[in-house]
Amino acid sequence: MTTAQTAHLPGAPGHEAHGGPGGHDMGEIQAFGFWIYLMSDLIVFSALFATYVVMAHNYAGGPTPKDLFELPAVLVETMLLLTSSAAYGLAMVAMHKGDLRSVRLGLVAAFALGLGFLVMELAEFQHFIGIGAGPDRSGFLSAFFTLVGTHGLHVTFGLLWIVVMLAQLSSKGLTAPVKGRLTRLGMFWHFLDIVWIGVFTVVYLLGVVQ
Amino acid sequence: MSHSPTDNAGAAVGTVKSYALGFAASVVLTLLSFGLVMGGALPRLPLILALFALAVIQLFVQLRFFLHVDRSSAMYWNLMALLFTFFLMFLFIGGSIWIMYGLHERM
Repeated sequence: MTTAQTAHLPGAPGHEAHGGPGGHDMGEIQAFGFWIYLMSDLIVFSALFATYVVMAHNYAGGPTPKDLFELPAVLVETMLLLTSSAAYGLAMVAMHKGDLRSVRLGLVAAFALGLGFLVMELAEFQHFIGIGAGPDRSGFLSAFFTLVGTHGLHVTFGLLWIVVMLAQLSSKGLTAPVKGRLTRLGMFWHFLDIVWIGVFTVVYLLGVVQ
Repeated sequence: MSHSPTDNAGAAVGTVKSYALGFAASVVLTLLSFGLVMGGALPRLPLILALFALAVIQLFVQLRFFLHVDRSSAMYWNLMALLFTFFLMFLFIGGSIWIMYGLHERM
C-alpha cells in the first residue's frame, strides 16, 4: 500500500483493486458488478428451466427420459464438476497466500475435471443424436438440449477463461488485476456448479422418476 | 494493511477447511439424491419432495461455503440481489407451470 490512502475515491481511475480498509475499492466494485451479471444469467437459466418443465412430457411418440438417461454416467459427471469447483476453491486459498505454484496446480486440476465433465456431456449428446433422439425429435428433447447445452456452453467459456488466466499468471504473475479476475472466474465457476444441481435434480433425477 | 484488497469483495476469502466442508457436504447430498432414485425404495411423492429438499440444501451449502454468501455487511447487497433474483425465478418458473398446466387441463 502506498501513500495513496488519502485518495481512494470509489472507482477512482488508476486505483484498481487498491483501497483503504473498509473502502469500496475497485476489486470490490468489479466483483459486485460480476455478481449482478451472474444474477441475470440465473434469470436466463430460469427461463430455460421453465420451458423445460413445461415441455418435459411432450415426447411426440419419441423416447422418454427413462429410455435415454444413464444415471451412473450423470453421477460421474456431477462429481467431476463438483470436484472441479472445490479444486478452484483451493486455488483461491493459495492465491490469498500468494502461493503461485499452488494457484497454477488448482487451476489445472479445475480445468482437467471441467474438461472431463464437458467430454462426457458431449458424448451423451452425440449418443442421443446418433440413436435419433436429437433436439428435433420432440419438444422434450428440444428443451433438454437447449437447457443442458446452454449450461455446457457456459462451462466451455469457463474452461477458456481458465486457460487465459493460466497464461496471465505466467506473463503477469499475481498482480492485483489478475487476482481480481481470478476471483470473478471463481464466482463464475462455483455458479455453474450450483446451476448443475438444478439440472441433475430437475432434468435427470425427476425425469427418471416421472 | 491487515487484509488483501479482495478480502471483502463479492467473493470473499475461504479457507481450506470451509472448502473441504462444503465439498464433503455436497458429495453426501449428491450421493443421497442419486441413491434415493437408483435404490427405488421411496414411493413417488415423498421421493420427489426429498429430491427437491436435497437440492435446496445443497444450493445453500454451496452458496455458503463456495461463494461465501452470508449475512455479513460486506455481502449485504450480494444477498439482496440474490433474494430478488430468487423472487423473479419463483414468478418465472411458478407462473409458467401454473399457466401451462391450467391450459393443459382445459384443452
